[in-house]
Amino acid sequence: MKKTCAIKSLKRLAVIALFAPVAAFAATGVHLDKAPVSTDQKNLQSGARLFVNYCLNCHGASAVRYNQLYKIGLDEKTITDNLLFTGEKTGDLMTVAMAREDAEAWFGTAPPDLSLIARAKASAAGSGADYLYTYLRSFYRDPSRPTGWNNTVFANVGMPHALWDLQGVQSLEETTDENGHEVQTFKLSQSGTMSKETYDQAVADLVSFLVWMGEPDAGSRKTIGIFVLVFLAGLYVLTHKLGKNYWKDIH
Amino acid sequence: MAANTNYEKYRSNGTLLGNVLEWVDARFPATSLWRAHLSEYHAPKNFNFWYFFGSIALVVLVIQIVTGIFLTMNYKPDGTLNADGIPRAFASVEYIMREVAGGRFIRYFHSTGASAFFIVVYLHMFRGMLYGSYRKPRELIWIFGVLIFLCLMAEAFMGYLLPWGQMSYWGAQVIINLFSAIPLVGPDLSLLIRGDYVVSDVTLNRFFALHVIAVPLVLIGLVVAHILALHEVGSNNPDGVEIKKFKDDKGVPLDSVPFHPYYTIAHDLPAMVIFLIVFCAVVFFAPEGGGYFLEYNNFLPADPMKTPEHIAPVWYFTPFYSMLRAMVWNFFWLDAKLWGVIAMGGGVVILAFLPWLDRSPAKSIRYRGPIFKTLLSIFVFGFLILGFLGMQAPGYLFFGQGWLSGDVIAQVFTVYYFLFFLTMPYWSKIDKCKPVPERVTSK
Repeated sequence: MKKTCAIKSLKRLAVIALFAPVAAFAATGVHLDKAPVSTDQKNLQSGARLFVNYCLNCHGASAVRYNQLYKIGLDEKTITDNLLFTGEKTGDLMTVAMAREDAEAWFGTAPPDLSLIARAKASAAGSGADYLYTYLRSFYRDPSRPTGWNNTVFANVGMPHALWDLQGVQSLEETTDENGHEVQTFKLSQSGTMSKETYDQAVADLVSFLVWMGEPDAGSRKTIGIFVLVFLAGLYVLTHKLGKNYWKDIH
Repeated sequence: MAANTNYEKYRSNGTLLGNVLEWVDARFPATSLWRAHLSEYHAPKNFNFWYFFGSIALVVLVIQIVTGIFLTMNYKPDGTLNADGIPRAFASVEYIMREVAGGRFIRYFHSTGASAFFIVVYLHMFRGMLYGSYRKPRELIWIFGVLIFLCLMAEAFMGYLLPWGQMSYWGAQVIINLFSAIPLVGPDLSLLIRGDYVVSDVTLNRFFALHVIAVPLVLIGLVVAHILALHEVGSNNPDGVEIKKFKDDKGVPLDSVPFHPYYTIAHDLPAMVIFLIVFCAVVFFAPEGGGYFLEYNNFLPADPMKTPEHIAPVWYFTPFYSMLRAMVWNFFWLDAKLWGVIAMGGGVVILAFLPWLDRSPAKSIRYRGPIFKTLLSIFVFGFLILGFLGMQAPGYLFFGQGWLSGDVIAQVFTVYYFLFFLTMPYWSKIDKCKPVPERVTSK
């Protein structure tokens, strides 16, 4: 069929309108490091261990049950022996023991539930994983804060650095480069039990686990999706042929 | 074709099925309905790509109703907090996502379906503008269509509150507050909609009732009226000519084919499958739609004490939201906020007047002149830009350039949007149209 010139120009305009804004996006705000998210069970298990030991004291993951961790390769005995400390059952939700009123009094605000945090923290600046990966590596000593900690990604955050014994203590150095731009760099003023590389990997594992918690079945969703698309593609071929057959005698 | 309801009754051929059909047909107009609306509804034979979206919209409506029914089986419209400090409504959505068998697909189908509905309906409306489908005698079809669009907006807005995330909550807060700009009754009206002084559990419950019962009932009624009116006067086509002018000796238009099976199975079915391929690709591989179909902030539970930095409505409302924000002047003794609300509402309502604003001798873009083609192109471009700007915080600069201020550009395109319609009676008359053929051209 002959397409009119106007339709062509409309299409061109639509393309410009759709893509110009993407090009116009200037990166604003904090730079986020790309998180090396893994779906490997080893990494997820290490992340789960860190999560239960370091995060779950204050943050809940109330949409997730302990026995969901079967999906990352942990069996019931491992979960009971290594992850349950206060008599929970494996079918329980990963809730937090701390009372919300206490939490509000101690931190100014109750620590958020982390079930969906990796999905919630996505933005134009990067994925939720990128945000968390950068955030957990950007705590620094700040005596002016009630907790003694501050963060370059989340200024004046209420949360203290929960992983400090692993990372060590960072201080923030502000210098100016040759162009006069302000540059913020971290200096390790007290080393932790982990080297920088080990710590980065530990945080990457933890973040991978948080991503996994956001949608534990995301992997199978994609697998099923492939079958659905293959089925629909086959259905299209059939319906298209059928349609052609109907129309062949119409002029 | 005018719907004929006096077809001959079905006569059994002696088989059991035949006997049942005859029995039913003697008591219910089964044959008449089938023939009038499907097998003997004579549709123009030159439908093209743009004519898929009406039937696809129907598919999406069915997807939304079916998935919606299953969602209500596990969703709890409850804004109170559970023991973990999570609102029960929010927690019930995650329960559906994680613990209900197949629940995640039902939910993703429903959330993606909302955006798909608007994409399809916007394209369907644009088809009407391309080929003059709103022109006499199809004014009522168009008006029912505008009402469907309004209903759809109400349905989407109220449905968006239900997951009770931060964007649900604050989006509703902002939009309901708009009603308070209406003089005299405004503040009481927004109180009536909310049922409380802020968006609360009460609001959530009434929006749930409206979303699952009231609006869908009206919507389905309007869809039926839309189709009945269409079948009364017959479909328009890409040439914008009336096929009923030339009929064979049985009264069947020469340039027509029976809607069933030529459109139902042969034309629309493959198109529906293509639509489902795109739709399922989103559902299974990118259900968040890049943060446009499921906004990231909505993965945080609603918190009445924490206002998000930037509240933007979902993408399908943003062109009209831009018009609202573009109105920053007080004039004619009226407040800028009220002008904003008038622009936002007027932007939708003005569509209903299109049949009387357009005075062109040709219906279809194929035979319309350069003025229409140019102005329509700018109209579409402007509408998309308004949509984009509605998602940005105020003060947005294109390419970071001060002279490309988003706020000013939004004002320009808002004014253009209304001028396009209001000056249409003039420019559509003087445009140089090509001669319109007597019969359809292609196929």
